Amino acid sequence: MKAGRMPDPVALTSLSLTDVRNYSGLSLGFSARLVALIGPNGAGKTNLLEAISLLTPGRGLRRAAFEAITRLDTTGGWAVSAMIERDGEETRIGTGLAGIDPGSGAARRVRINGASAPSAEALLEHLRLLWLTPAMDALFTGPAGDRRRFLDRLVLTVDPGHGRRVNDMDRLLTSRNRLLDEGASPAYLDAVEAQLAEKAVAVAFARAETVALLQARIEAQGAEGSAFPSAGLSITGEFDDAVTASPSAMLEVSYRDELRETRFRDRAAGRTLSGPHRSDLSVTFAAKAMPAALSSTGEQKALLIGIILAHADLVARTSGMTPILLLDEIAAHLDPGRRAALFARLETLGVQAFMTGTDADLFRDLPASSERFEVVDGHVVRLG
Amino acid sequence: MPQSVVGPEIERLIQLLSRLPGLGPRSARRAALHLMKKKDLLLEPLARAAAEAAASVSVCSVCGNLDTRDPCSVCSDPLRDASVLVVVEDVGDLWALERAMATRGRYHVLGGTLSPLDGIGPDQLNLSSLMHRAQDGEIKEIILAVNATVEGQTTAHYVTDMLAGTDVRITRLAHGVPVGGELDYLDDGTLAAAMKSRTPF
Repeated sequence: MKAGRMPDPVALTSLSLTDVRNYSGLSLGFSARLVALIGPNGAGKTNLLEAISLLTPGRGLRRAAFEAITRLDTTGGWAVSAMIERDGEETRIGTGLAGIDPGSGAARRVRINGASAPSAEALLEHLRLLWLTPAMDALFTGPAGDRRRFLDRLVLTVDPGHGRRVNDMDRLLTSRNRLLDEGASPAYLDAVEAQLAEKAVAVAFARAETVALLQARIEAQGAEGSAFPSAGLSITGEFDDAVTASPSAMLEVSYRDELRETRFRDRAAGRTLSGPHRSDLSVTFAAKAMPAALSSTGEQKALLIGIILAHADLVARTSGMTPILLLDEIAAHLDPGRRAALFARLETLGVQAFMTGTDADLFRDLPASSERFEVVDGHVVRLG
Repeated sequence: MPQSVVGPEIERLIQLLSRLPGLGPRSARRAALHLMKKKDLLLEPLARAAAEAAASVSVCSVCGNLDTRDPCSVCSDPLRDASVLVVVEDVGDLWALERAMATRGRYHVLGGTLSPLDGIGPDQLNLSSLMHRAQDGEIKEIILAVNATVEGQTTAHYVTDMLAGTDVRITRLAHGVPVGGELDYLDDGTLAAAMKSRTPF
């Protein structure tokens, strides 16, 4: 934690797209912190946000297959390139598919300043992205897997190694399930389970650490008098109750023992029934101690925005650079008071935010320094 | 399909070259052209060398190394320390350690790593011969020089458990700060590992 030091302001200053979704070619420059993209449904606003969201590990805010991102009626690949400015210094980053190899589950390429990067993880050196989409409106009421993914993305933005950690854990889980299914030797299972226990404990500790840090930021935000309700976050699951209670080495041993003892049960189930891959992120309204899932849709949205804003603050403090926020259809569900509060908070945080909406009126309260673009049918025009 | 500009013999050469690691069709064509231009100097000696190697190369029956004699040059070298055995995943790793002159011990090549998702289990690896070697009494230490990947570490774990009954000392390579490395650039996992396995100075 780089305490006492102001985070470097990071901004995306130009963006160019080639054959991404409904854009055959597009080049845009941005000079403001707050950017509004205004246009009718289906014009391509979310496609722009998605393109930016590909500049970080993972599959972007739609979780799309990379091959599916290519513009229809083209057979080639796609590319997203952006200039990132950090404290006056510019870095060109880009990603894309060179061509489409059907069924290959092609890996995308990542370029930083004209050189190939070994993995998408390297992008986190240059920018940290957070996003909020209408699909996440059901986060609190939907399946636990969605909340786990949300949690892991929160962790990844403060701890770049987390993506690999989770991938390793998932691969080892698949390996274990397969070995159980094939009736592999106990010794082989021992070896895989030892690795699995190590990765699982690392994942659980990283999650717990981020949640604790984030909770502190949420409380600080609440104390300053935020327009957004404060969330109470906790990770629930048998595995995670132990995380707070025991040191990692002990937990690793006990999980390994548990895996060994539950082979018969897990073989019958066809999957591994215990571990941090089954954990859930539980969210409550801190003031009322009420589960988030029981409140109104609007209140859930406000709670989620509060979490994202607090997390933006946390990312800035821990990584030393301000994150970039992608807020899809953000203004639609907020009353004018909260809308103005959101814009004000984004300004105070000093983050760059890309926001979409169908109506220019929704962005009336944006500060004069912000930029507005009209998006119509794959064309983007700056509004005066 | 466009008519080929070269005869089938050359086409075949290009096709084979393009299957070499590090070469694609384009660089294979360039290599083939270069070989043909320097027929006396390169192509014919290469063909002879390839034929000779093909006639005599075999897998070492002791350690799994590739060489033109069996046991291989390393296994039959009397100056090697017979009490130390270095376990590696692949012949390439053996060559890397030899290049670095990192050890005077002998080797054991597993021929891969345990990988359930690729269908590679203990039976596909050179493990039973490792067990025999560990039990013959001459070996005092087995060094696991496998990759620091999930599969490599799974394999290391399996081998350690397998050898637990023998009275051989089992060690593994240190994980941590690379020589000439800067702490600032290391990932968190490596830093934590380096801290955990620190040594007295």
